[in-house]
Amino acid sequence: MEHPDWLWRTPEPRRSYDVIIVGAGGHGLATAYYLARNHGITNVAVLEKGWLAGGNMARNTTIIRSNYLWDESAAIYEHALKLWEGLQEDLEYDFLFSQRGVLNLAHTLQDVREGTRRVNANRLNGIDGEWLTPDEVAKVCPIVDVSPDVRYPVLGGTWQPRAGIAKHDYVAWAFARKADRYGVDLIQGCEVTGFITDGDRVTGVRTNRGPIHAGRIGLAAAGHTSVLASTLGIRLPLQSHPLQALVSELLEPVHPTVVMSNHVHVYVSQAHKGELVMGAGIDSYNSYGQRGSVHVIEQQMAAALELFPIFANAHLIRTWGGIVDVTPDASPIIGRTPVENLFVNCGWGTGGFKATPGVGWVFAHTLAHGEPHALNEPFTLERFTTGALIDEHGAAAVAH
Amino acid sequence: MRLPEGGEIDRTKPLTFTLDGVEYSGFEGDTLASAMIANGVLQVAPSLYRHRPRGIFSAGIEEPNALVQVGPEPSLQATTVRLTDGLVARTLSGVGRLTPDSGQRRYDKRYTHTDVLVIGAGPAGRMAATTAAAGGARVMLVGLSYPSGNVRFRGSPQGIPPADGAAELRVLSGARAFGYYDSNYVLVAHQQTLWHVRARRVILATGAHEQPIVFENNDRPGIMLAGAVRKYITNYAVLPGRKAVVFTTNDSAYATVAALVQSGAEVTVVDSRPNPPDLAPQGVEVISGLITNTDGPERLTAVSTQDRRIECDLLAVSGGWQPAVHLFSQSRGTLRWNGQAFVPDTPAQANHVVGAANGTFDTRAALIEATEAGVEAAAAVGYPVPPPPLPAVREREITPASPVWLVPGDPRNQFVDLQRDATVADIRRAVGAGMRSPEHVKRYTTIGTGTDQGRTSNVPALGVIAAELGVTPGDLGTTTFRAPSVPVSFALMAGRDRGKLHDPIRTTPIHSWHVAHGAEFENVGHWKRPWFYPKPGEDMETAVLRECRAARTGVAMQDASTLGKIEVVGADAGEFLNRMYTNGFKKLPVGSARYGMMCKADGMVFDDGVTMRLADDRYYVTTTTGGAANVLDWFEEWSQTEWPELDVRFTSVTEQWSTIAVVGPQSRAVIGLVAPDLDVSNEAFPFMTFRETTLVNGIPARIARISFSGELAYEVNVSGWYGLAAWNAIHDEGKPYDITPYGTETMHVLRAEKGFPIVGQDTDGTVTPHDLGMSWIVSRQKDFVGKRSLRRPDTARPDRKHLVGLLPVDPAELLPEGAQMVASDAPLTPPVPMEGHVTSSYRSAVLERTFALALIKNGRHRIGETLLAPLGDRVIAATVTEPVFYDKEGARRDG
Repeated sequence: MEHPDWLWRTPEPRRSYDVIIVGAGGHGLATAYYLARNHGITNVAVLEKGWLAGGNMARNTTIIRSNYLWDESAAIYEHALKLWEGLQEDLEYDFLFSQRGVLNLAHTLQDVREGTRRVNANRLNGIDGEWLTPDEVAKVCPIVDVSPDVRYPVLGGTWQPRAGIAKHDYVAWAFARKADRYGVDLIQGCEVTGFITDGDRVTGVRTNRGPIHAGRIGLAAAGHTSVLASTLGIRLPLQSHPLQALVSELLEPVHPTVVMSNHVHVYVSQAHKGELVMGAGIDSYNSYGQRGSVHVIEQQMAAALELFPIFANAHLIRTWGGIVDVTPDASPIIGRTPVENLFVNCGWGTGGFKATPGVGWVFAHTLAHGEPHALNEPFTLERFTTGALIDEHGAAAVAH
Repeated sequence: MRLPEGGEIDRTKPLTFTLDGVEYSGFEGDTLASAMIANGVLQVAPSLYRHRPRGIFSAGIEEPNALVQVGPEPSLQATTVRLTDGLVARTLSGVGRLTPDSGQRRYDKRYTHTDVLVIGAGPAGRMAATTAAAGGARVMLVGLSYPSGNVRFRGSPQGIPPADGAAELRVLSGARAFGYYDSNYVLVAHQQTLWHVRARRVILATGAHEQPIVFENNDRPGIMLAGAVRKYITNYAVLPGRKAVVFTTNDSAYATVAALVQSGAEVTVVDSRPNPPDLAPQGVEVISGLITNTDGPERLTAVSTQDRRIECDLLAVSGGWQPAVHLFSQSRGTLRWNGQAFVPDTPAQANHVVGAANGTFDTRAALIEATEAGVEAAAAVGYPVPPPPLPAVREREITPASPVWLVPGDPRNQFVDLQRDATVADIRRAVGAGMRSPEHVKRYTTIGTGTDQGRTSNVPALGVIAAELGVTPGDLGTTTFRAPSVPVSFALMAGRDRGKLHDPIRTTPIHSWHVAHGAEFENVGHWKRPWFYPKPGEDMETAVLRECRAARTGVAMQDASTLGKIEVVGADAGEFLNRMYTNGFKKLPVGSARYGMMCKADGMVFDDGVTMRLADDRYYVTTTTGGAANVLDWFEEWSQTEWPELDVRFTSVTEQWSTIAVVGPQSRAVIGLVAPDLDVSNEAFPFMTFRETTLVNGIPARIARISFSGELAYEVNVSGWYGLAAWNAIHDEGKPYDITPYGTETMHVLRAEKGFPIVGQDTDGTVTPHDLGMSWIVSRQKDFVGKRSLRRPDTARPDRKHLVGLLPVDPAELLPEGAQMVASDAPLTPPVPMEGHVTSSYRSAVLERTFALALIKNGRHRIGETLLAPLGDRVIAATVTEPVFYDKEGARRDG
């Protein structure tokens, strides 16, 4: 594939914008793009303290799927998946979107119940999904060890054929390029340190490059969203943890799909160039340090070899850590805050990449209209006080 | 070609090897690469994307080109593969191949503490290690090679005492330190062992990597790093070319010039500096200038300077040296650009960087640094030593280097990363598209992401980017260094945690009996639990129906030892349990038992189980099998972080006790025989009480009247040591009653017939006690974790999902667990509104039909309604019922 000749400008911040988005990750960039494309709002700045898309967007394992259990989740992720399906054309960028399917393996009877439940729910929601027997699992991914004499035999799995992967960096660059072309200012090295307020509404941000005023402000700064919100006295229910991932060297094609297993904790795909891309478990402690503990990697390797004995001689080339911001119900918060003109998009935990276009779409709508889109209506901050939770870790227990 | 003498190879031990199907020979002490060069094989597989001819480029871990597959192991560097007899290798174009690994090698891990860890066994590392160890400190010296020297220094330093002299010095040679984590925690790969080393002090003497110079067609076979050429000559006695050009920006390459001359090669030097040394007396022409291009059909045949063409078959390049700062940087030490390289600046942990790794390239200065670091480390760990005498080292005069990143030429053929086939044109394209951060350029070009970890590409790339942007590399900074600094195999990281050792298997003391009696097992958490006991010819369904019938009409027994068991002890034990459970335990009389339910802070059911009060200050709590560890953690968290003032302690006693459930109308008779001293009458031993007694075979036992089936039932608790003996005693005494062992499946059916939920199966973290129809268990008086959440508007809604029963309209049809239920009039085109899902579903012997439990929206108010389960090719209709299917009045519990 060829990258385009031109990606983005490096503009100086102006004194004020209609909308400021804090955080130039995938979500922030997608939001800026859809603000311009869907709502004609182009007097927009995306402020990034580091380099563009250098946080979790650069650190995830690029899995895209929509086979979530609850209606609310299924709706927003399926909306995202439908956008993914036309996004390369829309953004005029080949970001290596590959619908190679995602397999979620079951290793216990309870895994089987949950998998069956989820497939049934997905189908009734119009989302593709099938239950596969161990033999069918082996047909989809011949290198999975489905023999019965292992510690946790594969009892079956759910299969979403439309799921897949995309090259995360290119996705971010594709959104950035289009947003830039619409006139959105992408400002790197610009750290937001606080807010400018007028009574109980925000009117701008303070940054290391001076104050910048805005009509509306959307926070899309992952775990740091809670740090920023706390400067206004808003306590967001987010816990930030390190989550590590790793890659192997380039290898001839050996793994045709994406395999995830919760019980034998593995999620792995093979990138276009040939690396095995694999996610590890979450470090249990809270941290903003983008690195984790090595025993987590060791456990990950052991789990990978349980399911994929053929990986034994592959090499670990690089490990890294991202920060996942997790809410009590493992679902995101997208919408209003108690402060007028301030909106948040956070709490995506391990699942944010796959939602990128979908959340950009609805967060742009939220910022444009000052009220949520139907798809993010359920994902309010208030649900933690009303109890109307969308409990994805309790129910589906499917991380990532 | 092999030189007639010299090197550190053992010429008495010839070895044969096969490369790309051709057989060659080498010697003990060779690397695969040195043996290849000895056989005139410099060229390796073509490059990754451009398919350009490439050759061996280096002599160590920085090798970008010479990747080989050795047997099942892909992507090894020929420069670091030790030659062994019969070795079979295949050169790779940057892409390895995984093959099923039949002869699985065993990997292992070791964990150690040391006072001082020295990484790098060159002169500086050895000097630091021997110094630090002299006073008796425990010192570990880890190096790629030992004792063979570090060729970079002119004239090997003399007089470093032998490292093995000190009593507490341990040397790991041929070992790679690759990960540097917090608190001086370092990972070292040594053969098939992964070492975890925790050190009080770390001394990094990791050396430096020679940098290439980027010019047009700088990637031909025959172009090598100058230090590598010298290493091949001096260590392996192989000469990579007879007619050599040395292109350098600094003094270090002159050692290579000397080695080449000494080996009989014809040498021309191109030095980027205006006043290069004069080597006319040695018969070597030195040109001040730059190499601008190279020529050759495949292997190099000539190079061009600005104004000359020089025929040659070897080009040795030195663009200066970049300290190997990978580990220092991983340890979060900061780097500083000194005008030529990134050097360590401020350490973040208790470490020192010495020698070339610190940018100190003069041998004498490096040894002084190493000595100082050794003395300081020894003192810091409590084994002080006086400064040792410095070995005699020749002092040299150094002409300043003149770094050159890029010689003008066609950027499409100026290679920056040989392994990734990335060029100056790729960098210009990225910068031209608007990228300013090296992180972006790296991701755009993939420079530095190969197995060589960018050792010969990162700094040149920064040089090129900086030139494009009109800044210095120091203004840009490096990209982040991350573990591992050298590739390590997945299998090494996994160690022994594979196969049966992947995750511990927990079995009860009675396990051998279950195995002997043909049980099928179910994985529950770490446990292997008997699932059912098929008799010859029985399938699961038949076996489970038989086991269920026995429990309902006769007597049956189950090994319930996997239940989590926690002793909660202390003056405030009752108060603590009151706060954890939705119902009260403070007033539970000693000698009694009570079922309890626990919620998380969100009001959702978390675990359940029966608790006995053993004494005023002592409770015996049971949890679900899978939830035991989580409950203990939960108790500890609340006790330690929220209520430290409460006098309460927790001890897991899961494995200290074996528990055997004896269930069914005949269970009283059996228990009477098993526990002859016990008055088993209902009056003397009522429901939800327990008694301490002695079994017929002399085993002390605690027997409780607890029922998870609705039948008259007992739980016999004995010390884990006696579990099997107690089981055998019950089985023997039960024989006249045809006592039937049963597994988890039968247990599930029996409890479901009574509408008892299983936490984790009929609940999923979104279900309150009220949703389960168990409002009776939620105290209105006392406070408990989750109580406040239960009052939240959504949580208190009366039309939430409720646990109800479902009876399929066709009594032979079994609803699949996980089926979603929809209204009978719902249109079956997506999205179809779902009313809830089937949590449990079974065939019942006693009901003589199928039945199910389900969580259904507003279910308790929809009793009698018919719902549908659309299952793709079929639809099952079922009627909503109360969740209790059998013995609704509870008459069977007392026998």
